[in-house]
Amino acid sequence: MSIRHGLLALLERGQMYGYQLRAAFEESTGSTWPLNIGQVYTTLSRLERDGLVRPLPESEAGQRPYEITDAGRADLALWFATPISRTDRPRDELAIKLALALTTPGVDVRSVVQAQRSATIRALQELTRLKYGSNRPEDLPWRLVLDSMVFQAEAEVRWLDHCETSLVRHRPSAPAPPGDADARDAARWAGEEARR
Amino acid sequence: MSGSDDAVLELRAVHRTHGSGPAAVHALRGVSLVVRPGELVAVMGPSGSGKSTLLALAGGLDRPTGGEVRVEGQPLGALDRRGLAQLRRRRIGYIFQQLNLLGSLSAVENVALPLELDGTSGRRARALAMAALTEVGLPALGDRFPDQLSGGQQQRVAIARALVGERRLVLADEPTGALDSQTGEAVLHLLRRRIDAGAAGVLVTHEARHAGWADRVVFLRDGVLVDTTAPLGSVEQLLSGSDR
Repeated sequence: MSIRHGLLALLERGQMYGYQLRAAFEESTGSTWPLNIGQVYTTLSRLERDGLVRPLPESEAGQRPYEITDAGRADLALWFATPISRTDRPRDELAIKLALALTTPGVDVRSVVQAQRSATIRALQELTRLKYGSNRPEDLPWRLVLDSMVFQAEAEVRWLDHCETSLVRHRPSAPAPPGDADARDAARWAGEEARR
Repeated sequence: MSGSDDAVLELRAVHRTHGSGPAAVHALRGVSLVVRPGELVAVMGPSGSGKSTLLALAGGLDRPTGGEVRVEGQPLGALDRRGLAQLRRRRIGYIFQQLNLLGSLSAVENVALPLELDGTSGRRARALAMAALTEVGLPALGDRFPDQLSGGQQQRVAIARALVGERRLVLADEPTGALDSQTGEAVLHLLRRRIDAGAAGVLVTHEARHAGWADRVVFLRDGVLVDTTAPLGSVEQLLSGSDR
């Protein structure tokens, strides 16, 4: 996304100026997506250029509110109606890192997996704590955002578990240098797994 | 691991070996762990890594072949069978995937049972059991029998039984079992609340989402603790992002 569609959705509630938009954006994402005011104004000027919002006269305090246009409403409706394609998301650095770790000599893949697992579970602990502290009905949008992050982190850990199991069962025999402790460990592991 | 004076649970270089000779299985190999009041520690690791063995030793359901387990400073090895049984009834609560509720007893009787076994009068045991059922959100269902309760309600009764009275140590092994994610979350919420009120807890789980409820997560592999998560900052730090 699309700070762009985030701002359009907020303006659909009513006219707002930059700082209000920033505060409302952070409120609805529970500060999990901090936005700086520069990003808000850059996005607003692009939306204005594309005819999706229009500026209103400045207030006495010198704040210029914006309102959504009909074209903006149509764009927003299309965004809500269109599923997000997985191919539009950024490539997963972790998957690439692990794939490279497997084929790079001297890298202890199990350590890479464990370090990531530990960090991801720590993130899960943080997210859970934030969730635990927010029980008011008006916190629901935020809790759902947190839940989404919780489920993504959980999926990552499950994938890491899967990688570790695969690693034990199908350790590539290729580029382990002689005396590689990790390779020895993996071999021992594989033996024990087989005996179970 | 020094300065463990206030520890509710302490494992000191604990070993557990099943069998002997070449066929020996080393379930735990020198595990040390301290859990203090107000702390929930999650234990994660692949199947066969020693998680459930660790929990059984912590709860005095099994004895180590080496090292020492202490609960509230009391070495379990120094207790005879009777002393150990008494400690388990009074100070330790267990939440297992199998609920082990007695079908011929009502919810409140199930919860009161460990207290009554321990010599608490029937009336007082019932009052404490009702308080525990209220804590888990079932104040009105005390007279129902297990087969008249849903899976989630039965799990809550089992939790009430684990928390009733003066339990200082709560041990949970995959406590959300086959519950749906909302009900499972409610179970963890209850556990967390009890820990925040001053108990200490150990939660064995293979689900990362559940481990997220812990203050600290330790990782077991082949009977050895191989890693632990870094301590968490305050919620204010989390919100400001200064902790990252």
